[in-house]
Amino acid sequence: MNQGNDINISNKMKRQELFAEIKDQKNKERHTMRRQRAKEERENPELKQKRLKENVTKTIDNMRVYDETIAKAGEEAEAEDDDNDLDLMKFFNTNHRNHPPKILLTTNVNAKKAAYEFANVLIEILPNVQFVKRKFGIKLKEIAEMCNKRNFTDMVIINEDKKKVTGLTFMHLPEGPTFYFKISSYVEVKKIVGHGKPTSHIPELVLNNFQTKLGKTVGQLFQSIFPQNPDFEGRQVITLHNQRDYIFFRRHRYMFRDEEKVGLQELGPQFTMKLKRLQRGLREETEWEHTSDMDKDKKKFYL
Amino acid sequence: MSDEIVWQVINQSFCSHRIKTPSGQHFCRDPYNVTGLCTRQSCPLANSKYATVRSDKGRIYLYMKTPERAHTPAKLWERIKLSKNYSKALQQIDEHLLHWSKFFQHKCKQRFTKLTQVAITERRMALREDERHYVGIAPKVKRREENRERKALASAKIEKAIEKELLDRLKSGAYGDKPLNVDEKIWKKVMGKLEEENEDEELEDEELEEESDEGEVEYVADDADADYVSVEDLQKWLADSDAEQSSDEESESESESESDNDGEPSKKRKKTKTPKSKRPRVEIEFEEERDVQQPEQEIAH
Repeated sequence: MNQGNDINISNKMKRQELFAEIKDQKNKERHTMRRQRAKEERENPELKQKRLKENVTKTIDNMRVYDETIAKAGEEAEAEDDDNDLDLMKFFNTNHRNHPPKILLTTNVNAKKAAYEFANVLIEILPNVQFVKRKFGIKLKEIAEMCNKRNFTDMVIINEDKKKVTGLTFMHLPEGPTFYFKISSYVEVKKIVGHGKPTSHIPELVLNNFQTKLGKTVGQLFQSIFPQNPDFEGRQVITLHNQRDYIFFRRHRYMFRDEEKVGLQELGPQFTMKLKRLQRGLREETEWEHTSDMDKDKKKFYL
Repeated sequence: MSDEIVWQVINQSFCSHRIKTPSGQHFCRDPYNVTGLCTRQSCPLANSKYATVRSDKGRIYLYMKTPERAHTPAKLWERIKLSKNYSKALQQIDEHLLHWSKFFQHKCKQRFTKLTQVAITERRMALREDERHYVGIAPKVKRREENRERKALASAKIEKAIEKELLDRLKSGAYGDKPLNVDEKIWKKVMGKLEEENEDEELEDEELEEESDEGEVEYVADDADADYVSVEDLQKWLADSDAEQSSDEESESESESESDNDGEPSKKRKKTKTPKSKRPRVEIEFEEERDVQQPEQEIAH
């Protein structure tokens, strides 16, 4: 652009011609440079590796503020696990053989159509789930007690506001913890282009990027909810991908094209969850709550 | 100060209680205002004789002020506790505002009715369990979260991450010996790679040994004598090759087929192949070497 300012040609046509020429020249230079580099790198691939190593993009993710609860590797990871066992982790049932997950699904009081539609979607996703229509006048604690008697392991409550699903509450029974997630950008199956039909096989579970202590607790929740004996025949996979504290839910069918390529077909639905509150027990003491000042630092993540 | 002057100041210059709406309506935030509107009639500052209804700590009171008490601000408002009974309370208002203007009588009753309704709702809500913990979200925060979500989604590259994770699972053998979710051909390829990785380490060790051999001095027979092989050596060689025949045949016919998954034959094949290609003419010497090597490897296994 600076070069352009130096040229003082009053004829617009001439000026444009000149600009085009300069631009063309620059493009050519860039292309030859790239071609040459590609050729050099083809001859010895080490150069490319070196270039890629040096040329790492700075992203918010790799500039993340240090979090002491993120385990690094090897021994530290084991130590971390010990700590977690002391905390909320102990409430979750990890023994799926003897205690398979049994989930009660319900909505908030006075729910509207959107909540029931979302419930229909969740019924397909969650294993061993039973939907109960919420009645007015029965408190949550009472419902929890009833569930305890019937050996339910989890309670999922859909929260709907102004005819839109806004949240999901996961209550682990019998004694907590309780998670509240904000739900956003829900895309129903129909809206996904090229979506497939899910089969009744139990899907695999992929939990990505749950790193901190809090993140691992959340991961543990999902691990305890979804069964750990997937039918590999079905080639279905449910993914909960955590990126910058947003948890993306996706469901795919996969196919190994060859030993390096995997084909994915989306089965839907898509939605995004964000942890807002973690409480001990059934909504008692608040362990962690998302506050607005947590948003101040872009590079600080909690999961 | 006369009421008229006060109202002129309020109306024409400034009043801190006044709220202007875009539609031109003026409201009043003074807690003593009986209607909530900013008018000459209902302004509690510009009227020295004024009556209103307020609730205090769950009880509703009738407040009245008269110009006689205007010089003692601490005792300006006279208040009367209204009965909990609605109709009785209305009677009380009627009695106390007997000679007052129709406006105050009417507005005080209206306000009292509204406040009783509010009290009823408050009581009902207090009894009900709070289903949810409500947190207000500013539009700015909402927009910010939406934007951050969009950017996080872009940087997540979810599909890539899933593919990587699935391949990791496949290659680490998390799907068992005979996975149902993989095509057989692909699985064989993956298996082959798995085996190779295991063998690579062993091969490296062997290569190191061979390299060390390179420097050594060897004594080899004349070229003319190469055709002539002593009978004893030949017999030895035949005996060894018999043991390896099965594996050698396979490697010649189908180099790719690895139907038998045992590691043993493939290992042997590799051992025999590599030295042969390097020194094709010194088979006999090599056989002797093997004899020395074999026991070592047996220990290693």
